[in-house]
Amino acid sequence: MKNAAQNAFSATSSVLRTIGMTFMHSFRKRDTILYPEEKPYLPPRYRGRIVLTRDPDGAERCVACNLCSVACPVDCISVVKTEDETGRWYPETFRINFSRCIYCGYCEDACPTYAIQLTPDFEMGEFDRQNMVYEKSDLLISGVGKRPGYNFYRVAGMSVGGKDKGQAENEAEPVDIKTLLP
Amino acid sequence: MIFGISEHEILSIVVTAILTIVTLMGSVIMAALMIPIERRLLGLWQDRYGPNRVGPFGSLQVVADMIKIFFKEDWIPPFADKAVFVIAPAIIMFTTLMAFAVIPFTESWTIANLNVGILFLLAMSSLGVYSVIFAGWSSDNKYALLGSMRTAAQMISYEVFMGLSLLGVVLLAGSFNLGDIVESQRGMWNVIPQFPAFVIFFIAGCAEIHRAPFDLPEAEQELTAGYHTEYSGMKFGMFFVGEYLGIVLISCLVTTLFFGGWLGPWLPGFVWFFLKAFFFMCFFILLRAATVRPRYDQLMAFGWKVLLPIALLNVAITGAIVVAQS
Ligand code: SF4
Ligand code: SF4
Repeated sequence: MKNAAQNAFSATSSVLRTIGMTFMHSFRKRDTILYPEEKPYLPPRYRGRIVLTRDPDGAERCVACNLCSVACPVDCISVVKTEDETGRWYPETFRINFSRCIYCGYCEDACPTYAIQLTPDFEMGEFDRQNMVYEKSDLLISGVGKRPGYNFYRVAGMSVGGKDKGQAENEAEPVDIKTLLP
Repeated sequence: MIFGISEHEILSIVVTAILTIVTLMGSVIMAALMIPIERRLLGLWQDRYGPNRVGPFGSLQVVADMIKIFFKEDWIPPFADKAVFVIAPAIIMFTTLMAFAVIPFTESWTIANLNVGILFLLAMSSLGVYSVIFAGWSSDNKYALLGSMRTAAQMISYEVFMGLSLLGVVLLAGSFNLGDIVESQRGMWNVIPQFPAFVIFFIAGCAEIHRAPFDLPEAEQELTAGYHTEYSGMKFGMFFVGEYLGIVLISCLVTTLFFGGWLGPWLPGFVWFFLKAFFFMCFFILLRAATVRPRYDQLMAFGWKVLLPIALLNVAITGAIVVAQS
Protein backbone atom coordinates (compact mmCIF):
# COMPACT_ATOMS: atom_id res chain seq x y z
CA MET A 1 0.00 0.00 0.00
CA LYS A 2 2.76 2.38 0.98
CA ASN A 3 4.67 1.44 -2.15
CA ALA A 4 1.67 2.07 -4.33
CA ALA A 5 1.15 5.50 -2.79
CA GLN A 6 4.81 6.33 -3.31
CA ASN A 7 4.62 5.16 -6.92
CA ALA A 8 1.51 7.21 -7.55
CA PHE A 9 3.12 10.26 -6.03
CA SER A 10 6.36 9.96 -7.97
CA ALA A 11 4.52 9.25 -11.22
CA THR A 12 2.23 12.24 -10.78
CA SER A 13 5.03 14.58 -9.84
CA SER A 14 7.13 13.39 -12.76
CA VAL A 15 4.32 14.12 -15.20
CA LEU A 16 3.75 17.55 -13.66
CA ARG A 17 7.46 18.29 -13.73
CA THR A 18 7.65 17.31 -17.39
CA ILE A 19 4.80 19.65 -18.20
CA GLY A 20 6.49 22.44 -16.25
CA MET A 21 9.84 21.85 -17.88
CA THR A 22 8.31 21.82 -21.34
CA PHE A 23 6.52 25.06 -20.56
CA MET A 24 9.77 26.68 -19.46
CA HIS A 25 11.05 26.11 -22.97
CA SER A 26 8.83 29.04 -24.01
CA PHE A 27 11.56 31.30 -22.70
CA ARG A 28 14.48 29.57 -24.37
CA LYS A 29 16.24 30.67 -27.50
CA ARG A 30 15.03 28.84 -30.59
CA ASP A 31 17.57 26.66 -32.30
CA THR A 32 16.26 27.08 -35.82
CA ILE A 33 18.35 29.07 -38.28
CA LEU A 34 15.93 30.91 -40.57
CA TYR A 35 17.85 29.84 -43.60
CA PRO A 36 17.39 32.09 -46.62
CA GLU A 37 17.52 35.25 -44.50
CA GLU A 38 20.06 33.99 -42.06
CA LYS A 39 23.01 32.06 -43.45
CA PRO A 40 24.51 29.29 -41.40
CA TYR A 41 28.25 29.32 -40.75
CA LEU A 42 29.99 26.79 -42.97
CA PRO A 43 33.53 25.82 -42.00
CA PRO A 44 36.18 26.15 -44.73
CA ARG A 45 36.47 22.41 -45.08
CA TYR A 46 32.72 21.99 -45.62
CA ARG A 47 32.05 19.56 -48.45
CA GLY A 48 29.99 21.43 -51.01
CA ARG A 49 30.24 22.45 -54.66
CA ILE A 50 33.39 21.08 -56.31
CA VAL A 51 35.92 23.35 -58.05
CA LEU A 52 39.09 22.81 -60.05
CA THR A 53 41.85 25.08 -58.78
CA ARG A 54 44.92 26.57 -60.39
CA ASP A 55 48.47 26.64 -59.11
CA PRO A 56 50.06 29.92 -57.96
CA ASP A 57 51.41 30.52 -61.47
CA GLY A 58 47.91 30.47 -62.89
CA ALA A 59 48.16 27.16 -64.70
CA GLU A 60 45.64 24.39 -64.26
CA ARG A 61 46.56 21.99 -61.52
CA CYS A 62 44.72 18.99 -62.88
CA VAL A 63 46.88 16.50 -64.71
CA ALA A 64 44.02 14.33 -65.93
CA CYS A 65 45.23 11.32 -64.01
CA ASN A 66 41.66 10.08 -63.51
CA LEU A 67 42.33 9.15 -59.88
CA CYS A 68 39.36 11.20 -58.73
CA SER A 69 37.17 9.48 -61.24
CA VAL A 70 38.29 6.09 -59.98
CA ALA A 71 37.85 7.06 -56.34
CA CYS A 72 34.37 8.42 -56.85
CA PRO A 73 31.90 5.93 -55.37
CA VAL A 74 29.11 7.01 -57.68
CA ASP A 75 31.20 7.40 -60.83
CA CYS A 76 30.09 10.91 -61.50
CA ILE A 77 33.39 12.37 -62.74
CA SER A 78 34.44 11.94 -66.30
CA VAL A 79 37.86 13.17 -67.47
CA VAL A 80 39.36 13.04 -70.93
CA LYS A 81 43.09 13.48 -71.03
CA THR A 82 45.13 15.42 -73.57
CA GLU A 83 48.70 16.76 -73.74
CA ASP A 84 50.15 20.10 -74.60
CA GLU A 85 53.29 20.52 -76.74
CA THR A 86 55.62 20.21 -73.74
CA GLY A 87 54.18 16.84 -72.81
CA ARG A 88 52.22 18.10 -69.85
CA TRP A 89 48.95 16.31 -69.29
CA TYR A 90 45.81 18.24 -68.78
CA PRO A 91 42.09 17.46 -69.02
CA GLU A 92 40.42 18.10 -72.33
CA THR A 93 37.04 17.73 -70.72
CA PHE A 94 36.27 17.54 -67.06
CA ARG A 95 32.66 16.83 -66.26
CA ILE A 96 30.98 16.30 -62.89
CA ASN A 97 27.38 15.23 -62.69
CA PHE A 98 26.26 16.92 -59.48
CA SER A 99 22.90 15.22 -59.55
CA ARG A 100 24.78 12.03 -58.67
CA CYS A 101 27.56 13.44 -56.53
CA ILE A 102 27.15 12.58 -52.86
CA TYR A 103 29.73 15.15 -51.69
CA CYS A 104 31.83 12.52 -49.98
CA GLY A 105 35.11 14.25 -50.74
CA TYR A 106 36.88 11.08 -51.90
CA CYS A 107 37.89 12.81 -55.12
CA GLU A 108 39.63 15.53 -53.15
CA ASP A 109 41.48 12.91 -51.10
CA ALA A 110 42.52 10.99 -54.18
CA CYS A 111 43.83 13.94 -56.17
CA PRO A 112 47.66 14.03 -56.19
CA THR A 113 47.82 17.66 -57.26
CA TYR A 114 45.20 19.26 -54.98
CA ALA A 115 43.40 20.28 -58.14
CA ILE A 116 39.90 19.14 -57.24
CA GLN A 117 38.53 20.69 -54.05
CA LEU A 118 35.18 20.88 -52.32
CA THR A 119 33.98 24.31 -51.21
CA PRO A 120 31.52 25.57 -48.58
CA ASP A 121 28.67 26.23 -50.99
CA PHE A 122 25.59 24.07 -51.38
CA GLU A 123 23.14 26.39 -53.12
CA MET A 124 23.11 24.57 -56.44
CA GLY A 125 19.41 23.79 -56.85
CA GLU A 126 18.16 23.52 -60.43
CA PHE A 127 14.83 22.81 -62.04
CA ASP A 128 16.40 20.93 -64.93
CA ARG A 129 18.52 17.94 -64.09
CA GLN A 130 20.75 18.52 -67.09
CA ASN A 131 21.86 21.81 -65.58
CA MET A 132 23.41 19.87 -62.75
CA VAL A 133 26.10 18.57 -65.09
CA TYR A 134 29.04 20.94 -64.72
CA GLU A 135 31.63 21.18 -67.48
CA LYS A 136 35.25 22.15 -67.04
CA SER A 137 34.47 25.81 -67.72
CA ASP A 138 31.98 25.77 -64.85
CA LEU A 139 34.38 24.04 -62.50
CA LEU A 140 37.65 25.80 -63.16
CA ILE A 141 38.32 28.77 -60.90
CA SER A 142 41.21 31.19 -61.10
CA GLY A 143 42.33 30.81 -57.47
CA VAL A 144 44.36 28.30 -55.53
CA GLY A 145 41.59 27.17 -53.20
CA LYS A 146 42.59 25.71 -49.87
CA ARG A 147 46.22 25.06 -50.88
CA PRO A 148 48.02 28.34 -51.51
CA GLY A 149 51.54 28.10 -52.85
CA TYR A 150 51.40 24.51 -53.97
CA ASN A 151 52.53 23.73 -57.50
CA PHE A 152 52.71 20.06 -58.38
CA TYR A 153 55.22 20.42 -61.18
CA ARG A 154 57.67 22.40 -59.07
CA VAL A 155 58.02 19.50 -56.65
CA ALA A 156 57.34 16.54 -58.93
CA GLY A 157 60.30 14.57 -60.33
CA MET A 158 59.04 14.60 -63.85
CA SER A 159 60.59 16.28 -66.84
CA VAL A 160 58.05 18.58 -68.30
CA GLY A 161 57.99 21.99 -69.94
CA GLY A 162 61.77 22.55 -69.97
CA LYS A 163 62.30 21.38 -66.38
CA ASP A 164 64.42 18.25 -66.33
CA LYS A 165 64.61 15.43 -63.80
CA GLY A 166 66.32 16.43 -60.58
CA GLN A 167 65.59 20.11 -61.03
CA ALA A 168 62.49 20.26 -58.91
CA GLU A 169 62.38 21.79 -55.44
CA ASN A 170 63.96 19.60 -52.72
CA GLU A 171 64.87 17.05 -55.33
CA ALA A 172 68.29 15.37 -55.56
CA GLU A 173 70.00 14.79 -58.91
CA PRO A 174 68.99 11.45 -60.36
CA VAL A 175 71.32 8.57 -59.46
CA ASP A 176 73.79 7.76 -62.23
CA ILE A 177 73.43 4.01 -62.42
CA LYS A 178 76.43 3.70 -64.71
CA THR A 179 79.05 4.81 -62.18
CA LEU A 180 80.49 3.00 -59.20
CA LEU A 181 81.50 6.14 -57.32
CA PRO A 182 79.56 6.78 -54.11
CA MET B 1 -49.55 37.03 -36.07
CA ILE B 2 -48.18 35.15 -39.06
CA PHE B 3 -49.38 31.57 -39.59
CA GLY B 4 -50.59 31.58 -36.03
CA ILE B 5 -47.14 32.37 -34.61
CA SER B 6 -46.71 35.54 -32.63
CA GLU B 7 -44.06 38.13 -33.47
CA HIS B 8 -42.33 37.34 -30.25
CA GLU B 9 -41.89 33.71 -31.18
CA ILE B 10 -40.64 34.58 -34.66
CA LEU B 11 -38.10 36.92 -33.15
CA SER B 12 -36.84 34.25 -30.81
CA ILE B 13 -36.60 31.76 -33.69
CA VAL B 14 -34.60 34.24 -35.76
CA VAL B 15 -32.31 35.01 -32.85
CA THR B 16 -31.73 31.32 -32.23
CA ALA B 17 -30.99 30.76 -35.90
CA ILE B 18 -28.44 33.56 -35.93
CA LEU B 19 -26.87 32.30 -32.72
CA THR B 20 -26.68 28.83 -34.21
CA ILE B 21 -24.90 30.05 -37.30
CA VAL B 22 -22.51 32.19 -35.29
CA THR B 23 -21.73 29.33 -32.91
CA LEU B 24 -21.31 26.88 -35.76
CA MET B 25 -18.99 29.14 -37.70
CA GLY B 26 -17.19 30.28 -34.58
CA SER B 27 -16.44 26.79 -33.35
CA VAL B 28 -15.35 25.49 -36.74
CA ILE B 29 -13.15 28.53 -37.33
CA MET B 30 -11.70 28.18 -33.86
CA ALA B 31 -10.98 24.50 -34.56
CA ALA B 32 -9.27 25.43 -37.83
CA LEU B 33 -7.28 28.13 -36.07
CA MET B 34 -6.16 25.57 -33.53
CA ILE B 35 -4.10 23.89 -36.22
CA PRO B 36 -1.62 26.76 -36.81
CA ILE B 37 -1.75 27.66 -33.12
CA GLU B 38 -0.86 24.10 -32.20
CA ARG B 39 1.97 23.94 -34.70
CA ARG B 40 3.40 27.26 -33.56
CA LEU B 41 3.10 26.41 -29.88
CA LEU B 42 4.63 22.97 -30.34
CA GLY B 43 7.46 24.73 -32.13
CA LEU B 44 7.86 27.16 -29.26
CA TRP B 45 8.06 24.37 -26.71
CA GLN B 46 10.47 22.39 -28.82
CA ASP B 47 12.81 25.37 -29.36
CA ARG B 48 11.96 25.78 -33.03
CA TYR B 49 9.66 28.04 -35.02
CA GLY B 50 6.99 25.97 -36.70
CA PRO B 51 5.34 27.27 -39.87
CA ASN B 52 6.14 30.97 -40.10
CA ARG B 53 6.25 31.73 -43.81
CA VAL B 54 2.68 31.96 -45.07
CA GLY B 55 1.03 35.14 -43.88
CA PRO B 56 1.80 36.98 -40.65
CA PHE B 57 3.35 34.51 -38.17
CA GLY B 58 2.37 31.64 -40.43
CA SER B 59 -1.32 32.15 -39.73
CA LEU B 60 -2.32 31.56 -43.35
CA GLN B 61 -0.64 28.16 -43.39
CA VAL B 62 -3.96 26.58 -42.52
CA VAL B 63 -5.57 28.27 -45.54
CA ALA B 64 -2.83 26.93 -47.78
CA ASP B 65 -3.25 23.46 -46.31
CA MET B 66 -7.00 23.67 -46.75
CA ILE B 67 -6.65 24.59 -50.42
CA LYS B 68 -4.24 21.73 -50.85
CA ILE B 69 -6.52 19.24 -49.14
CA PHE B 70 -9.47 20.29 -51.29
CA PHE B 71 -7.53 19.50 -54.43
CA LYS B 72 -6.30 16.14 -53.19
CA GLU B 73 -7.76 13.08 -54.76
CA ASP B 74 -10.73 11.97 -52.70
CA TRP B 75 -10.00 8.29 -52.83
CA ILE B 76 -12.23 5.52 -51.57
CA PRO B 77 -10.47 2.17 -51.48
CA PRO B 78 -12.19 -0.37 -53.74
CA PHE B 79 -12.38 -2.88 -50.89
CA ALA B 80 -14.05 -0.42 -48.52
CA ASP B 81 -17.69 -0.41 -47.56
CA LYS B 82 -18.52 2.79 -49.40
CA ALA B 83 -21.61 4.12 -47.66
CA VAL B 84 -20.23 3.58 -44.16
CA PHE B 85 -16.83 4.83 -45.24
CA VAL B 86 -18.31 8.12 -46.39
CA ILE B 87 -20.61 8.61 -43.45
CA ALA B 88 -17.99 7.99 -40.74
CA PRO B 89 -16.17 11.37 -40.90
CA ALA B 90 -19.52 13.17 -41.02
CA ILE B 91 -20.59 11.60 -37.72
CA ILE B 92 -17.70 12.97 -35.73
CA MET B 93 -18.27 16.48 -37.05
CA PHE B 94 -22.00 16.18 -36.44
CA THR B 95 -21.85 14.90 -32.87
CA THR B 96 -19.16 17.34 -31.80
CA LEU B 97 -20.94 20.30 -33.34
CA MET B 98 -24.26 19.21 -31.79
CA ALA B 99 -22.63 19.26 -28.38
CA PHE B 100 -21.86 22.96 -28.82
CA ALA B 101 -25.59 23.64 -28.85
CA VAL B 102 -25.98 23.31 -25.08
CA ILE B 103 -22.90 25.27 -24.03
CA PRO B 104 -23.74 28.60 -22.43
CA PHE B 105 -21.21 31.03 -23.86
CA THR B 106 -22.82 33.94 -22.03
CA GLU B 107 -25.98 34.40 -20.02
CA SER B 108 -28.04 34.91 -23.15
CA TRP B 109 -25.96 32.99 -25.68
CA THR B 110 -27.13 29.40 -25.41
CA ILE B 111 -28.67 27.81 -28.44
CA ALA B 112 -30.58 25.07 -26.65
CA ASN B 113 -31.13 25.76 -22.99
CA LEU B 114 -31.80 22.12 -22.16
CA ASN B 115 -32.52 21.21 -18.59
CA VAL B 116 -30.59 17.96 -19.13
CA GLY B 117 -27.69 19.64 -20.88
CA ILE B 118 -25.03 17.44 -19.33
CA LEU B 119 -26.80 14.25 -20.35
CA PHE B 120 -27.09 15.58 -23.90
CA LEU B 121 -23.37 16.27 -23.91
CA LEU B 122 -22.49 12.81 -22.70
CA ALA B 123 -24.86 11.27 -25.22
CA MET B 124 -23.29 13.20 -28.06
CA SER B 125 -19.77 12.33 -27.06
CA SER B 126 -20.80 8.66 -26.81
CA LEU B 127 -22.21 8.79 -30.32
CA GLY B 128 -18.84 10.00 -31.51
CA VAL B 129 -17.53 6.47 -30.96
CA TYR B 130 -19.55 5.33 -33.95
CA SER B 131 -17.54 7.54 -36.24
CA VAL B 132 -14.33 5.83 -35.22
CA ILE B 133 -15.74 2.33 -35.31
CA PHE B 134 -17.39 2.84 -38.69
CA ALA B 135 -14.22 4.31 -40.10
CA GLY B 136 -12.11 1.42 -38.86
CA TRP B 137 -14.58 -1.26 -39.87
CA SER B 138 -15.44 0.04 -43.32
CA SER B 139 -11.79 0.62 -44.22
CA ASP B 140 -11.20 -3.14 -44.25
CA ASN B 141 -7.66 -2.55 -43.10
CA LYS B 142 -5.91 -4.28 -40.20
CA TYR B 143 -4.40 -1.12 -38.77
CA ALA B 144 -7.62 0.83 -39.07
CA LEU B 145 -9.54 -1.94 -37.35
CA LEU B 146 -7.01 -2.26 -34.54
CA GLY B 147 -7.07 1.48 -34.07
CA SER B 148 -10.82 1.68 -33.99
CA MET B 149 -11.04 -1.23 -31.54
CA ARG B 150 -8.68 0.53 -29.20
CA THR B 151 -10.64 3.73 -29.57
CA ALA B 152 -13.90 2.06 -28.81
CA ALA B 153 -12.54 0.46 -25.65
CA GLN B 154 -10.84 3.65 -24.60
CA MET B 155 -13.80 5.92 -25.21
CA ILE B 156 -16.32 3.62 -23.59
CA SER B 157 -14.26 3.17 -20.43
CA TYR B 158 -13.30 6.81 -20.08
CA GLU B 159 -16.85 7.91 -20.62
CA VAL B 160 -17.73 6.21 -17.34
CA PHE B 161 -15.44 8.43 -15.28
CA MET B 162 -16.31 11.44 -17.34
CA GLY B 163 -19.93 11.03 -16.37
CA LEU B 164 -19.14 10.18 -12.77
CA SER B 165 -16.85 13.16 -12.34
CA LEU B 166 -19.63 15.45 -13.50
CA LEU B 167 -22.01 14.12 -10.87
CA GLY B 168 -20.21 16.09 -8.18
CA VAL B 169 -20.75 19.28 -10.12
CA VAL B 170 -24.39 18.41 -10.68
CA LEU B 171 -24.86 17.73 -6.98
CA LEU B 172 -23.40 21.12 -6.03
CA ALA B 173 -25.51 22.99 -8.57
CA GLY B 174 -28.62 20.88 -8.08
CA SER B 175 -29.27 20.95 -11.81
CA PHE B 176 -28.30 19.30 -15.07
CA ASN B 177 -28.64 22.61 -16.87
CA LEU B 178 -25.27 24.05 -17.84
CA GLY B 179 -26.47 27.64 -17.38
CA ASP B 180 -27.57 26.85 -13.82
CA ILE B 181 -24.22 25.19 -13.17
CA VAL B 182 -22.40 28.34 -14.22
CA GLU B 183 -24.71 30.47 -12.07
CA SER B 184 -24.05 28.23 -9.07
CA GLN B 185 -20.35 29.11 -9.31
CA ARG B 186 -20.86 32.81 -8.51
CA GLY B 187 -19.40 32.39 -5.04
CA MET B 188 -16.64 29.95 -5.82
CA TRP B 189 -15.54 28.20 -8.97
CA ASN B 190 -16.24 24.47 -8.94
CA VAL B 191 -12.59 23.71 -9.47
CA ILE B 192 -11.89 24.32 -5.78
CA PRO B 193 -14.47 22.06 -4.09
CA GLN B 194 -14.41 19.61 -7.00
CA PHE B 195 -10.70 19.48 -7.75
CA PRO B 196 -10.51 15.66 -8.16
CA ALA B 197 -13.51 15.81 -10.45
CA PHE B 198 -11.79 18.48 -12.52
CA VAL B 199 -8.65 16.38 -12.91
CA ILE B 200 -10.63 13.28 -13.82
CA PHE B 201 -12.81 15.18 -16.24
CA PHE B 202 -9.81 16.70 -17.91
CA ILE B 203 -8.04 13.35 -18.28
CA ALA B 204 -11.18 11.64 -19.46
CA GLY B 205 -11.87 14.46 -21.89
CA CYS B 206 -8.39 14.09 -23.23
CA ALA B 207 -8.99 10.38 -23.74
CA GLU B 208 -12.41 11.04 -25.19
CA ILE B 209 -11.07 13.16 -28.04
CA HIS B 210 -7.99 10.93 -28.22
CA ARG B 211 -5.43 13.63 -27.87
CA ALA B 212 -1.89 12.94 -26.75
CA PRO B 213 -1.06 11.36 -24.30
CA PHE B 214 -4.17 9.26 -24.97
CA ASP B 215 -3.78 9.13 -28.74
CA LEU B 216 -3.49 5.36 -28.86
CA PRO B 217 -6.16 5.07 -31.55
CA GLU B 218 -3.92 6.89 -33.99
CA ALA B 219 -0.54 5.94 -32.55
CA GLU B 220 1.51 6.67 -35.65
CA GLN B 221 4.46 4.54 -34.67
CA GLU B 222 2.49 1.32 -34.36
CA LEU B 223 -0.77 1.79 -36.24
CA THR B 224 0.13 4.01 -39.21
CA ALA B 225 -2.69 6.46 -38.57
CA GLY B 226 -5.15 4.22 -36.76
CA TYR B 227 -8.76 4.34 -37.84
CA HIS B 228 -8.27 6.96 -40.55
CA THR B 229 -5.40 5.19 -42.30
CA GLU B 230 -7.39 4.78 -45.51
CA TYR B 231 -8.81 8.28 -45.57
CA SER B 232 -7.49 11.03 -47.78
CA GLY B 233 -8.45 14.46 -49.00
CA MET B 234 -11.34 16.26 -47.38
CA LYS B 235 -12.59 13.16 -45.53
CA PHE B 236 -9.30 13.01 -43.69
CA GLY B 237 -9.60 16.75 -43.20
CA MET B 238 -12.93 16.21 -41.47
CA PHE B 239 -11.42 13.76 -38.99
CA PHE B 240 -8.65 16.24 -38.45
CA VAL B 241 -10.96 19.19 -37.85
CA GLY B 242 -13.19 16.91 -35.79
CA GLU B 243 -10.32 16.25 -33.44
CA TYR B 244 -9.65 19.96 -33.03
CA LEU B 245 -13.36 20.61 -32.57
CA GLY B 246 -13.12 18.08 -29.76
CA ILE B 247 -10.38 20.12 -28.12
CA VAL B 248 -12.47 23.26 -28.38
CA LEU B 249 -15.47 21.43 -26.98
CA ILE B 250 -13.67 19.93 -24.00
CA SER B 251 -12.03 23.27 -23.25
CA CYS B 252 -15.42 24.98 -23.35
CA LEU B 253 -16.82 22.28 -21.07
CA VAL B 254 -14.03 22.56 -18.54
CA THR B 255 -14.56 26.31 -18.54
CA THR B 256 -18.30 25.97 -18.07
CA LEU B 257 -18.29 23.22 -15.48
CA PHE B 258 -15.30 24.06 -13.34
CA PHE B 259 -14.10 27.58 -14.07
CA GLY B 260 -17.23 29.64 -13.85
CA GLY B 261 -18.00 29.96 -17.57
CA TRP B 262 -18.66 33.56 -18.46
CA LEU B 263 -18.32 34.78 -14.86
CA GLY B 264 -15.54 37.26 -14.21
CA PRO B 265 -15.01 40.89 -13.31
CA TRP B 266 -14.62 43.94 -15.62
CA LEU B 267 -14.54 42.22 -18.99
CA PRO B 268 -17.72 41.14 -20.80
CA GLY B 269 -18.79 37.55 -20.22
CA PHE B 270 -17.90 36.33 -23.67
CA VAL B 271 -14.33 37.54 -23.36
CA TRP B 272 -13.95 35.75 -20.07
CA PHE B 273 -15.34 32.58 -21.56
CA PHE B 274 -13.03 32.82 -24.54
CA LEU B 275 -9.94 33.52 -22.45
CA LYS B 276 -10.62 30.62 -20.10
CA ALA B 277 -11.38 28.21 -22.93
CA PHE B 278 -8.34 29.35 -24.87
CA PHE B 279 -6.14 28.71 -21.88
CA PHE B 280 -7.27 25.09 -21.80
CA MET B 281 -6.85 24.69 -25.53
CA CYS B 282 -3.25 25.77 -25.12
CA PHE B 283 -2.93 23.43 -22.18
CA PHE B 284 -3.99 20.53 -24.38
CA ILE B 285 -1.19 21.43 -26.74
CA LEU B 286 1.26 21.66 -23.87
CA LEU B 287 0.18 18.19 -22.79
CA ARG B 288 0.92 16.91 -26.25
CA ALA B 289 4.34 18.50 -26.20
CA ALA B 290 5.21 17.16 -22.76
CA THR B 291 3.71 13.77 -22.09
CA VAL B 292 4.41 10.27 -23.35
CA ARG B 293 1.85 7.82 -24.62
CA PRO B 294 1.01 5.00 -22.18
CA ARG B 295 0.74 1.39 -23.22
CA TYR B 296 -2.76 0.14 -23.96
CA ASP B 297 -3.00 -2.03 -20.83
CA GLN B 298 -1.62 0.82 -18.72
CA LEU B 299 -4.28 3.09 -20.12
CA MET B 300 -7.03 0.64 -19.20
CA ALA B 301 -5.56 -0.12 -15.78
CA PHE B 302 -5.18 3.58 -15.01
CA GLY B 303 -8.76 4.21 -15.96
CA TRP B 304 -10.45 1.38 -14.10
CA LYS B 305 -8.13 1.05 -11.11
CA VAL B 306 -7.31 4.69 -10.38
CA LEU B 307 -9.80 7.07 -11.94
CA LEU B 308 -12.94 5.06 -11.29
CA PRO B 309 -12.41 4.70 -7.49
CA ILE B 310 -11.47 8.37 -7.17
CA ALA B 311 -14.51 9.44 -9.16
CA LEU B 312 -16.80 7.24 -7.04
CA LEU B 313 -15.22 8.50 -3.83
CA ASN B 314 -15.66 12.07 -5.01
CA VAL B 315 -19.34 11.51 -5.73
CA ALA B 316 -19.87 9.83 -2.35
CA ILE B 317 -18.12 12.56 -0.37
CA THR B 318 -19.77 15.40 -2.28
CA GLY B 319 -23.14 13.74 -1.84
CA ALA B 320 -22.59 13.32 1.89
CA ILE B 321 -21.58 16.97 2.29
CA VAL B 322 -24.51 18.23 0.25
CA VAL B 323 -26.92 16.11 2.30
CA ALA B 324 -25.33 17.24 5.58
CA GLN B 325 -25.58 20.90 4.62
CA SER B 326 -29.22 20.83 3.55
S1 SF4 C 1 32.55 14.24 -53.73
FE1 SF4 C 1 32.45 12.02 -53.84
S2 SF4 C 1 30.68 11.64 -55.13
FE2 SF4 C 1 31.23 13.77 -55.45
S3 SF4 C 1 32.55 13.76 -57.21
FE3 SF4 C 1 33.89 13.63 -55.42
S4 SF4 C 1 34.20 11.44 -55.11
FE4 SF4 C 1 32.45 11.65 -56.49
S1 SF4 D 1 41.35 16.43 -60.48
FE1 SF4 D 1 43.16 15.53 -59.54
S2 SF4 D 1 42.66 13.35 -59.39
FE2 SF4 D 1 41.22 14.23 -60.84
S3 SF4 D 1 42.16 13.91 -62.84
FE3 SF4 D 1 42.74 15.96 -62.16
S4 SF4 D 1 44.71 15.66 -61.12
FE4 SF4 D 1 43.77 13.63 -61.32
